[in-house]
Amino acid sequence: MVDLWDGLTQAFWLVITLDRELAEIALRSLYVTLTALVIACLIAFPLAAFLAVRRFRFRRLIIAILNALMGLPPVVVGLIVYVLLSRSGPFGVLGLLFTPTAMIIAQIIIIVPLIASIAHQSLRDLWQEYHDLLISMNVSQGQKMRTLIWDARRALLTASLAGFGRGIGEVGAIMIVGGNIDNVTRVLTTAIALETGKGAFALALALGFVLIALTIAVNLMIHWLGQTEREGRW
Amino acid sequence: MRQVLFVIALLWATATQAQDSLRLAVTTSFHNSGLADVLLPEIQADLGLEVQLLIVGTGQALRLGEAGDVDAILVHSRAAEEAFVAQGYGTHRREIMYNDFVFIGPMNDPAGISDATDAADTLQRIATVDAPFVSRGDESGTHNKELALWQAAGLDPDNFGDWYRAVGAGMGAALNTASGMNAYVLSDRASWLNFANKGDLALLFAGDPVLFNQYAYLPVNPDLHSHVKSDLAARLEDWLTSPHAAELINSYMIDGEALFVFNAEDVS
Repeated sequence: MVDLWDGLTQAFWLVITLDRELAEIALRSLYVTLTALVIACLIAFPLAAFLAVRRFRFRRLIIAILNALMGLPPVVVGLIVYVLLSRSGPFGVLGLLFTPTAMIIAQIIIIVPLIASIAHQSLRDLWQEYHDLLISMNVSQGQKMRTLIWDARRALLTASLAGFGRGIGEVGAIMIVGGNIDNVTRVLTTAIALETGKGAFALALALGFVLIALTIAVNLMIHWLGQTEREGRW
Repeated sequence: MRQVLFVIALLWATATQAQDSLRLAVTTSFHNSGLADVLLPEIQADLGLEVQLLIVGTGQALRLGEAGDVDAILVHSRAAEEAFVAQGYGTHRREIMYNDFVFIGPMNDPAGISDATDAADTLQRIATVDAPFVSRGDESGTHNKELALWQAAGLDPDNFGDWYRAVGAGMGAALNTASGMNAYVLSDRASWLNFANKGDLALLFAGDPVLFNQYAYLPVNPDLHSHVKSDLAARLEDWLTSPHAAELINSYMIDGEALFVFNAEDVS
């Protein structure tokens, strides 16, 4: 209990004094996860819309696999990305291992299935409503997908926030592919793991509180930017 | 949406940077000692070289070296290091410094190891009373040392009961576990002194010469991995074996105790 209180006060002072190292680590956390999130959304939304609009043979199988991959263990993803990016691996020549780029790649793999699954769920419901209208207007597949994505943007925002949450709090994969290098690939979660290892629970907790505060702040900001809960249905 | 993209673009711009840098895999115990925080700024000042530390167990450090994912490694597990060089993964092995291992245990010392005569006696006492003992269990240098000590004591951890807990984690995590269960554990002195969650644990036995812990520097072989920065690795080696490094290493103290003894020999 003493540690919890120490952690809270320490977190307070770290934030108040704008600790430079903390700011760098927090920004790096944001940079990695937000970049991964944007790329993941660019992959996941069209994929979800495609699965909602098109009927093809392996559709159900792909949806089932996507749903299953929502629970993909990050450590396994990290290990696979590590083996692929290692100098002795197939993509070793790119020299990406232990860089923020490697962490972004790992996070994209982790959050795409999650975002795509949630997005597909809401796009499918919307598609049932829009089906007859869009068919009668004789629009192309691409137009159908675009319409669905645009009109379901609020639901897709929720999907991407879920992806953000999974990415920002993730430690298993980025520890392996990032290496937790000071000033290069150290982010909030790996710093917490490191401080816990040193037995410095108060500092680790302080970083944890900063992480939680950051997550809440980002969520609030995205809601505010998206004007959620203000006008209209979507 | 546009604002979100703008924020990300800003973050991108701040994240890109380039500098002379070298990747060095080091053991958790070396990093936990805090010595790196003293040496790295000096290296940066003297050589203009940014050393990027990958803090892993010796087993993983050797694997990273074999794969060419780091430029050099600094570890403490002699047999594994010699095999690493013999298999051609490293160019050579250069001893830099040593510290020592210590036995940590609950203050009331149920196994009475504070009266032990040597390391083997210590382990036999712990095994006799089946006192909880936390093992690193991660093929790190410390774990290898512990296994060698059990063997020297004529005991085999494979036959141990529930009291022998292999946690498969770094030094800090193992100390945390030992602190939580009031168990005995073998630690390097540096990690122990810097450890903040001591609880009821205390240093109970140290000083047997077999407990000395030699750190060595091994540059990764550039013949196997052409991208390895062997010239930077050589410059770092020269620095680590220089009188300036010797002074910094020998004078590094925690709570008034010297931790490391510099013992690099001039090869030229």
